[in-house]
Amino acid sequence: MQLINQSKTDQKIKPNKKYIAEKLALAATGLLGGSVYAQETEAEWDFSASILTYAETDRVSAAEIIIVGDKDYSDTSKFSFKVILDSLTGASANGAIEQNTPQTFTRPSGKDNFVTNANSTPLDDTFKDTRGQINLAWTDSLMEDTRYTIGTNLSKEFDYHSISFSGEIARDFNQKNSTLSAGLSFGSDQYNPHGKIPVAFSSMVIDEGQFASQNEFNTAFNATRGDSSDTITTAELLLGWTQIVNRRMLMQFNYGFADSSGYLTDPFKVLSVVDNNGITQDLVYENRPDSRTQYTVFGLVKYHLDESIFDISYRYLTDDWDIQSHTINTHWRFFINETNFLEPHYRFYQQSAAEFYQPFISQAGTIPNYASADYRVGDMTAYTIGVKYGFQMFGDRAEVRLEYYKQTPNEANQPVGIENLNGLELYPKVDAIIFQVNYFL
Amino acid sequence: MLQRQVVRKILIGSIAAILSGCSSMGVDPWDRDLLAKPEMAINSSPLDQAVDDHIYFSKEASSGGRSFAGGGCGCN
Repeated sequence: MQLINQSKTDQKIKPNKKYIAEKLALAATGLLGGSVYAQETEAEWDFSASILTYAETDRVSAAEIIIVGDKDYSDTSKFSFKVILDSLTGASANGAIEQNTPQTFTRPSGKDNFVTNANSTPLDDTFKDTRGQINLAWTDSLMEDTRYTIGTNLSKEFDYHSISFSGEIARDFNQKNSTLSAGLSFGSDQYNPHGKIPVAFSSMVIDEGQFASQNEFNTAFNATRGDSSDTITTAELLLGWTQIVNRRMLMQFNYGFADSSGYLTDPFKVLSVVDNNGITQDLVYENRPDSRTQYTVFGLVKYHLDESIFDISYRYLTDDWDIQSHTINTHWRFFINETNFLEPHYRFYQQSAAEFYQPFISQAGTIPNYASADYRVGDMTAYTIGVKYGFQMFGDRAEVRLEYYKQTPNEANQPVGIENLNGLELYPKVDAIIFQVNYFL
Repeated sequence: MLQRQVVRKILIGSIAAILSGCSSMGVDPWDRDLLAKPEMAINSSPLDQAVDDHIYFSKEASSGGRSFAGGGCGCN
């Protein structure tokens, strides 16, 4: 993470600069003992923007706009901002298992019902949300070869808002070939779900004509609701080491620690309570532990071949929810000419299930302390395959990226309490297409 | 006890080897022509990374590693 300052400044170096001139300039600044990047310092704003569409088959779709700006205020100081606006529509799996008959669910607000088809994963189409986010960061030198970055992040959506502050110190060694860094971040999030926060494992109250009046339903529904809001606090530590290996190769290693506490449950997720025949008898709201500690190890290698650049990274994550995950991410950028490139991308992800993950609750058993049927904490494998094309448009750099993401639950590793649940599909799959356009002013 | 001493010696030896190895790695400033390219920056595609972090944070149980893991959204 410590070469970020360099990377942002690097982006101002126009790609059509002559190789010899660049090398001579670098040599000159090196002989003078100054920063090899100081030559590019100029007090102008640099902007880049991105437009993204994300669409899952028959489910969530999202559109996002990102605008990034940065400006150098001196040879060493820089201010940067990032603004993100996104909107989300569509349906999301609510945790209930499919049945051979249609199922009725109460919306999170308690003001309406929706019915899902037989033999299909129950999807809640309540979600329509717009989110705004802003990041601000300031970087400056602290002493020779040492710099700091402080930043803040604000995010606001209809039922969720978040604020965090971070600070990082990075120091170069060995003629700027090695960099060590340490960063801290503290965040505070607040959840204000529509219809208040459900009481853990309370039964979903569904109006199927059994209530004499709306008031009677409201009374029953409100009995399943607790506070109107709850909070999450997060503290993080990130230690990094970046090393230039030779003229063509650099590598990075990070160690991360994150501790979250508070309301880590998803208020919109439920579990089906099923009898011995696999027939749903009840729907109860999930409950997760109120703390989570994560550890990550991350390594990246980047290599410049003659006509291309290859990078590969690996991340290992483990936490006290019993989740372990492996992520491999790789890009290979092939230069077509001075301004155009083609970059294939492949990402592999595999995670084990959280200890409290279960696809449903058996009516014959007891209600556990914690349980969630959210596919996102289940055992899964996912991959992303995509390609990015870089080119020039109106004299500026532009990129288009098209990716396909597929997530498959590892059914063999999942906990199932009742054998052969009528052959029903218990684990939802996710297929998504990601299309993105980047523009660099 | 002997085992612990051996482990300690191996650990100290390894750290020393890594540190001495690091000091021999690297390049002179005038040999950074390739490394100075914007594409060779550690985070050469910050827009893509912002997008990816959001997507995978919303769909998987892991985040962070490369940068802070922090949430910032009640993503569904």
